[in-house]
Amino acid sequence: MQTEPYTKLYLSEHYGNEAFRTLAGYEAAGGFQGLRAALARDPEEVTELVKSSGLRGRGGAGFNAGLKWSFMPKGDERMKVLVCNGDESEPGSFKDRMIMQQGPFQILEGLLIAAWATGARRSYIYIRGEYQYPIQCVRKAVAEMYDKGYLGRDVFGEPGFEHDIVVHSGAGAYICGEETGLLESLEGKKGQPRKKPPFPAQHGAFGLPTTVNNIETFAHVPYILSRGVEWFRGFGTEKSPGTTLFGVSGHVERPGLFELPLGTPLREVIAKAGGVRNNRALKAVIPGGMSMPVLTPSDLDVPMAEEFLSERGTHLGTGGVMVMDDTTCMARVACVISYFFRDESCGQCTQCREGTGWIHKLCERIEAGRGRPRDLELLESVPALMEGHTICAFADAAAWPIKGLLRHFRSDFECHISEGSCPFPESFEL
Amino acid sequence: MKPETRKKIDELFRHYPERRGALLPAIYLVQEEFGYVGPEAARELAEIFEIAPVAVWEVLTFYNMFYTEPQGRHHVYVCTNLPCSLRGARPLIRCLEERLGVHAGETTADGRITLGHEECLGSCGTAPVMRVDGVYHENLDLERALAIVDQLD
Ligand SMILES: Cc1cc2nc3c(=O)[nH]c(=O)nc-3n(C[C@H](O)[C@H](O)[C@H](O)COP(=O)(O)O)c2cc1C
Ligand code: FES
Repeated sequence: MQTEPYTKLYLSEHYGNEAFRTLAGYEAAGGFQGLRAALARDPEEVTELVKSSGLRGRGGAGFNAGLKWSFMPKGDERMKVLVCNGDESEPGSFKDRMIMQQGPFQILEGLLIAAWATGARRSYIYIRGEYQYPIQCVRKAVAEMYDKGYLGRDVFGEPGFEHDIVVHSGAGAYICGEETGLLESLEGKKGQPRKKPPFPAQHGAFGLPTTVNNIETFAHVPYILSRGVEWFRGFGTEKSPGTTLFGVSGHVERPGLFELPLGTPLREVIAKAGGVRNNRALKAVIPGGMSMPVLTPSDLDVPMAEEFLSERGTHLGTGGVMVMDDTTCMARVACVISYFFRDESCGQCTQCREGTGWIHKLCERIEAGRGRPRDLELLESVPALMEGHTICAFADAAAWPIKGLLRHFRSDFECHISEGSCPFPESFEL
Repeated sequence: MKPETRKKIDELFRHYPERRGALLPAIYLVQEEFGYVGPEAARELAEIFEIAPVAVWEVLTFYNMFYTEPQGRHHVYVCTNLPCSLRGARPLIRCLEERLGVHAGETTADGRITLGHEECLGSCGTAPVMRVDGVYHENLDLERALAIVDQLD
């Protein structure tokens, strides 16, 4: 992993600086000013402030973070819980890993601010099991906080403000990124998502009132408090303020992370990554992690913010931008994508369990040149049976990219069926 | 299981409002001791957690990182998801299969290495990547991948 993004703004300003990963270094760089500013205000005021900053969740759905905090019940006797989602398993996403490694205290400060605002007594940071090193980094940061007396009782000298943070390792299951799958997993069960309602704010981890936010979402929060809403809104768009760490992968000269304001045109994001490699032409871009429908070169001017991407039938998701050049066979891409979703379906809902299997079987058959004339119609009909008919959004995530590929690259699939072979000899190998 | 393992499990409970919350971390501890969690160890866990053995087994088989059977001394997992595949992960894993004489998902006859493929490891910006005994090796090419695997004892 890079130690710092290729382009930096406020979030990653100090990444790559070894000291920033220590408590002393973090404080020297202005750390905990956001928390101190929060503690000087009433909790409700802090929630209102974060709400008015327009900070949207960076875990995929883009929900207003402050608004979510305001759903936590008031005057409820039960312990309240925060969950920080560090499962980061959406293919194409690798930003949370960098934050955990380079700015672990930003996450902890964000959690404490949220704890103050919502009255939460405990936080669980759920990190995917494969992230052995990021887990170490976050654990070390938490331990330093305890040593210094920054966690536990009377946090930052605020009498009665108690908070504990527990780092919890996942064990390899994509579905545990979905918030209720994560909660089940945290409870020591299979990570099978729950029916909603009840929502986590009413019935979350261990049945307690819970707020779930993404790692990056928490990491932005301190800056809103320390520098103000106005300042924060100076980055990004009206509806999607702030920056994000775009992760560019695939066929570019310089893959990696880039901190840029939300709303940066897709063309510019790709240009920062050195453009398409070997001077090839661009064929397709998946803009927000693998679950998001594909874009084509005609979309290059789209500002990378949810409100503009949704107009084009896709989403910002996690900001994982996958670039594919003109050698790429889209039937092959469909094979890889559908394999993943077939493998990772939790098996709970029939439409999803069976549908992901059918889609993969069809994609494989078509890619291998054994497709039948009616296969494309079939491939189009399966997603429609899945979308919106299941407990969680995994089925939609599995259906969308296939629909997108068929919408924009139907001829790639048709060729395989009519010719019985792949027309892209230079395509990446399967 | 060793008394130390048991002791470490007992220490986990205080972090969770319900005992069962400690199940995943406890499985990790048992797996650290034995390399996998077989039926015997699963029954022991069930007793500690006061749940049915099948409830432990369900969890064990749901997650990719838990093993119910003995594994090779070393774990080599290559990411084959889309960004890695776009940057040559498939020829890489085939090359490792050839060198080791096993298919992905199998263990070498001498029990040295379990080879597998994995879904996105969150390292797409430094693709292709493999995870060897928990450690990431990024920006791989065939030569380096082979050298890393060859030096595993
Ligand atoms: C199939 C699926 C996988 C998800 N994976 C993740 C993930 O790995 N990390 C994450 O933060 N959110 C993930 N989410 C979104 C979470 O459900 C949830 O919306 C998010 O953690 C809320 O945090 P935010 O509002 O700060 O973004 C996933 C959602 C779905 C449907
Ligand atoms: S696809 Fe291999 S690390 Fe993301």
